[in-house]
Amino acid sequence: MAKALIVGEIHNQELAATTLESIAAAQILEASSIAVIIAGYDIESIAEHAIFAGADHVYTVSEGPAADGEFDDLVNAAYKVAIEIKPDFVLGSKTITGRDVMPRLAFRLGTILVTDCMSLERDDARRICATRPTYGGNVNAKVACLGEPTVLSLRPKSFEVNDSDRSRKGEIQEVVFDSNIRTRVIKKIEEQSEGISLQDAKTVIAGGRGLGGPEAFSKLHDLALVLGGAVGASRAACDAGWVPSSYQVGLTGKTVTPDLYIAIGISGASQHMAGCSNSKTLVAINKDEGANIFKEARFGVKGDWEKVLPAFIEQLHELID
Amino acid sequence: MTLHIVVTAKQVVDPETPASAFVIEDKKVAISANFSPVINGYDEQAVEAALRIKEAVGDARITVLSCGPSFALDVIKKPLAMGADDLILLQDPNFENSIDPTLVIKALAIAIKKIGDVDLVISGRQASDWDNALVPIGIAEFLDWPLATIARKIDVEGTKVTVERVLPDGYEIVETSTPAVITVSNELGNPRYPNMRGIMGARRIQPTIWDTNELELAGEAVDIAMELVSLEKPTKLVQTEIIEGEDEADSGRKLALRLREERVI
Repeated sequence: MAKALIVGEIHNQELAATTLESIAAAQILEASSIAVIIAGYDIESIAEHAIFAGADHVYTVSEGPAADGEFDDLVNAAYKVAIEIKPDFVLGSKTITGRDVMPRLAFRLGTILVTDCMSLERDDARRICATRPTYGGNVNAKVACLGEPTVLSLRPKSFEVNDSDRSRKGEIQEVVFDSNIRTRVIKKIEEQSEGISLQDAKTVIAGGRGLGGPEAFSKLHDLALVLGGAVGASRAACDAGWVPSSYQVGLTGKTVTPDLYIAIGISGASQHMAGCSNSKTLVAINKDEGANIFKEARFGVKGDWEKVLPAFIEQLHELID
Repeated sequence: MTLHIVVTAKQVVDPETPASAFVIEDKKVAISANFSPVINGYDEQAVEAALRIKEAVGDARITVLSCGPSFALDVIKKPLAMGADDLILLQDPNFENSIDPTLVIKALAIAIKKIGDVDLVISGRQASDWDNALVPIGIAEFLDWPLATIARKIDVEGTKVTVERVLPDGYEIVETSTPAVITVSNELGNPRYPNMRGIMGARRIQPTIWDTNELELAGEAVDIAMELVSLEKPTKLVQTEIIEGEDEADSGRKLALRLREERVI
């Protein structure tokens, strides 16, 4: 009998895909009951969705700083629920919220977070074992989790979501806890990249150091337009200031899993691959014949992107129009 | 009042080391060839953030704090060469670089209490070896100080700390007050290079060394939450097909045709 608590998230007024992944992971770990905590305004139908997806209990915070997304109170609320229900394991996601909230929750529960889990299993002694990337994705570590409770954060898009069952029943309950905000959000500033969002795009065109400068990204946008995709970048291109950091794909940037990922002038460092290696088809264009990306790509062109790309785009126009 | 900033810095394997040089031996990651260690890149950015604050407020002191079993002095002194004032090394065979940082967090937090007058702790968002992103957050929880993570800019005005936090599609401005722990990300910008005067100055500074006895941590039992079972290099299963045309443009055309054939586009 293993009790699970999931620190859920809401995205665009819907239960986040990462939370559905956490529910699937709890099922992999043979949870006998699953509780989910979510915070936000008007979340009754989202709480119901969590039940359909597999939750037995949903704890809601539907007003106050936690509902606004303040991390301090998300930790306070989740801690209160954890103390009450005494879960055997706690799951969250390595999202922008989870990176902050999950470690703090683990420390407060007297243990430490096992972060960025890509896969989970039970070993022969029924211990939870997690596999996670380390050394910038160069080395995968498998660890046995000894914490009581075990607190885990999951790498987004690493667990397959199960179908919902609209006949499932569960309980919904508002959390009562003491608010204490010490770090407060004053305002948010959006720096939208153009067009389709990187994480939702079916096609991603990404550029790296090999592009040589910011101008080249306009060619990548042209290609993205033809294929209906979004443009991403390696950390090197972002750090050089060629594109905003919101473009970054990689271990510390975004994780994308498009059907088609075209990497142009990207060497394929593990740090970058950690963010795109689950793409269905990976294509590399790079003039460095020894680049690591050619070991990871399904299709590769070894050549100068300035010569390859115009002909590639022209041919695409012929095929698609 | 002097603003006292502690920057935590970790000595790590150079992340630019080629993947092929990583060798796994006995649940440890070794580097095959002669690659020297570096300061964790994000921690260099933490030093840079502290130096920028010092330049802005004027009256500030920067103490660099590092924890490990042993140090390459020329490497760990780099923050001093960049402009930091003091270096404290928490050095003890017990502070080995294991995947579970519980003891290291405790040691760093105790050291910060021992220093006494610390207003701000600035750390890199994560270390490029275990990529845990736990130590600074653990310090904040252990000291019961407010926390702001993944900063690209930090401003200090009296006891008010204003931080720009990186978000997936932009950033947000958060406010907290000292004493606090802040973690910084690469979006902060490149750390400065040490100049000659800095390098010469760093040579003259002797680090203070504290071991587990000094920190009253000797023989302390710690609950470890992660036991390392195995380390593996990720396996790659993909069969790469290199598209070759008569020239580079022809390769581009053939790539498009091949992708259509495979119904990828």
